[in-house]
Amino acid sequence: MSNIEVKRKGSSIGMSSGTNEYQRPIAGHIFRWPVTNVAVLAVLLVCLPLALKSGFHYHLAVLVGINATIAISLNLLMGYAGQVSLGHAGFVALGAYGTAILSSRYGWPVPLALLSSAVGAGLVAFVVGRPILRLKGYYLALGTLGLGMLIYLVISNEVWLTGGPDGMTVPVLELFGVRLMDPADWYWLVAVMLILVFWLSTNLANSPLGRALRALEGPEAVAGSVGINVPWNKLLVFTLSAVIAALMGGFLALYAGFISPSLADFMHSIELVLMVLIGGLGSVVGAILGAAVITLLPQVLTVVEEYETLVFGLILIGVMLFMPRGLQPSLRNLWRRIKR
Amino acid sequence: MSALEVISLTKKFGGVHAVDGLSFSIAPGSIHSIIGPNGAGKTTLLNLITGIYQPTQGEIRLFDDSLVGKPVHARVMAGLGRTFQTPQMCMHMTAVENVMLGRHLHLDGRLLPAALRLPRIRDGEQEARGRAAELMEYVGLADYLNDDPGSMPYGALKRLEVARALACEPKLLLLDEPAAGLGASEKADLTGLIEKLSDAGLTIVLVEHDMKLVMSISQHILVMNFGQMLAEGRPSEVRSNPDVVTAYLGSAV
Amino acid sequence: MSEFFQYLITGLTIGSMYGLIGLGIVLVYNASHVVNFAQGDLQMLGGMSAVALLSAGLPLPVALLAGVLAGGLAGLLMFKFTIEPAGEAGPLALVIITLGVGLVLRGAAELVWGQGFYSLPTFSGNEVIRLGGVTIVPQSLWVIGMTAVVFILLAYFFSRSLTGKAILATSLDRDAAVLMGINTGRMQLVTFGLAGLLGAVAGVLIAPIAFTYSAVGLILGLKGFVVAVLGGLGSFRGAWVGGLVLGVAESMMAGYGSSDYKDAIAYLLIVLILIFMPRGIFEGMSGERV
Repeated sequence: MSNIEVKRKGSSIGMSSGTNEYQRPIAGHIFRWPVTNVAVLAVLLVCLPLALKSGFHYHLAVLVGINATIAISLNLLMGYAGQVSLGHAGFVALGAYGTAILSSRYGWPVPLALLSSAVGAGLVAFVVGRPILRLKGYYLALGTLGLGMLIYLVISNEVWLTGGPDGMTVPVLELFGVRLMDPADWYWLVAVMLILVFWLSTNLANSPLGRALRALEGPEAVAGSVGINVPWNKLLVFTLSAVIAALMGGFLALYAGFISPSLADFMHSIELVLMVLIGGLGSVVGAILGAAVITLLPQVLTVVEEYETLVFGLILIGVMLFMPRGLQPSLRNLWRRIKR
Repeated sequence: MSALEVISLTKKFGGVHAVDGLSFSIAPGSIHSIIGPNGAGKTTLLNLITGIYQPTQGEIRLFDDSLVGKPVHARVMAGLGRTFQTPQMCMHMTAVENVMLGRHLHLDGRLLPAALRLPRIRDGEQEARGRAAELMEYVGLADYLNDDPGSMPYGALKRLEVARALACEPKLLLLDEPAAGLGASEKADLTGLIEKLSDAGLTIVLVEHDMKLVMSISQHILVMNFGQMLAEGRPSEVRSNPDVVTAYLGSAV
Repeated sequence: MSEFFQYLITGLTIGSMYGLIGLGIVLVYNASHVVNFAQGDLQMLGGMSAVALLSAGLPLPVALLAGVLAGGLAGLLMFKFTIEPAGEAGPLALVIITLGVGLVLRGAAELVWGQGFYSLPTFSGNEVIRLGGVTIVPQSLWVIGMTAVVFILLAYFFSRSLTGKAILATSLDRDAAVLMGINTGRMQLVTFGLAGLLGAVAGVLIAPIAFTYSAVGLILGLKGFVVAVLGGLGSFRGAWVGGLVLGVAESMMAGYGSSDYKDAIAYLLIVLILIFMPRGIFEGMSGERV
């Protein structure tokens, strides 16, 4: 029941007059039009193998791709909805171990194990999320941290189920009769998933739900005042990011063939948070960039071996001091300047 | 049927009765102001109506719909719109996108259609953007469509608040100190806007400190003190009520 | 029954250490609104430096003192070179920065001292005290006692001394403190130095009982964070009580239940408390207002 009738003097206006002329670049992308970003990513992913010269390179690319997808999901939670999670590695591990345990110990078909553990992780997120998401700031951070650490401890201690600190082996993924073992094969699977999740997230940004999620960052009363069910939406984005993280955890397990409890530890959760921060909070593109940096950094650092921890720490401090908004904003400004 | 009916409303915080047995009703289409000295309970009343607090006792009805027990977002669905005293904008979105936020209940807020960018979503976005632009023009912000809220002047932000609230298509609009922080000419613009909204049929409730504005624009005034109703009536009646004058201890009326 | 008291003593000992770490975190949080994840590594620094200086030939008391001062110095440097430059960075960025500092401390320790486990000799010999079936190691009394002394000294410091009150003022309302003529930058510097000292004190106190090693900082820091929140993030007393509660709970778990899940207590406690008592044991932060 619209009781406000707007009549513009003179011209007859359609609903969309003049409002689609300027399409503001989606916050967090580099190119103005969403479809351009997706297309550019697709092209990059197709062309990248030209630069990959060895199995090891493909291996790194697969890891970056998996981490990037997880980072995009974490970015939904942290960048859009403004919530903090210091325990996201726990969900990754739930997916990994769920897949491994259901398939190797209980003989489930691998795809079923994969999907079930993703759903299972989602259930955990849903149940724990309800009370925990009522918290804010450092309290929410601590709650999620506690959850992640609990998952880590259970995985480490229940040796009969998980193999404990020694880890457990994971069966090979078989798709349409093909056993996926070669990093080069995995590359394409991961690339497809990355594009898919990237495209879905991009769509989400320009939608009512996307706006509602972005409103979650502010005071609850404000989002509520326009009819947004804040607790429900927080739970939704929390669960969604957990499901995606778990799914990718499952794929990680199937790819690596072997997993250990460190998958769930605090440092891994911090690395995931770093991927989002370094790339640029709220940016889907940034999540990919951040994942690339954090995944490849240890490879670079093995050069310095015993100095690895020290240097990593210095890099953390340096990045937060000198690039607090992350890589993506700098890259976008660079692109803008190039265009002129 | 009243637009808003409050019956024996009480809110206790420990031993303090922030709102104490308050009863009043607001006629549809009117401009109603709620005033009172600091600490009178106006903010608590506002929070009770909008759903941030639940009452200890009493009833609140919006166009005969009971609001008690309903969470904040459900009250918007029932037809309640509100603005905030200090403009609350999402800094990551443009001004028009902030107004589009107000269209939330009239759009498809589901995950799957959004993620797949179904035509329904695309069309909804276009329509929402158009509507938001119209509303911004209605409140006089046509020049700020794609601006960053962080760069907009305070007076403009207060009008943006109104635009966003209007986007919800409310039946009753609650304005929380809309004149706070505004200069003289901005207040005049505000008065004009409120009158325009009232002429269009909207019921308007103001919580306000600016007496001049309140007296000039209200059809009905409720004066609160110590959580209770002190006086009620037309501006002329309230102005000359000795209890009201005493409560304010000589503030300019 | 004596078993119970045995676990209790152990719990109070470890709990005192947790309390000290938690205190360091609460101090820094109050003054600079940053949760210092490097607090555990400051403790490690204290213990490890003392060990190193001892084996270099210095007498025990001097080594202990030097270890404590090393922690204090590290705290000062940390503020000067990482927190102060960060300016008004968001809380998440600050958390990452403190984690980075922790890693730097750990990395440096690994470089200089390797990855071995070390311990200090006890302060007053190894002769145990038997009290009705309960065996008490004298070092336990040192830990519990010194922690109490620290808390009392701090209470005095913050309520009586000018610097202490200035720090409190800075933590309550930084802008108002500036207007009062308080050099808030220096107050924050002092606070970090103090937190470093406290961490190192915990380190040297506990090293005779529990091993110290380069990588111990992270888990200690996490537990310290838990303790600080348990106590309400704003309260010194809360950190102490929270620490003792955690220490005793862990000890009881290890004694009566499964020692594998000893660490789980901290995280389980935190999840449960946050769900049912978001303000912690003592009143801490308030909700948001619009």
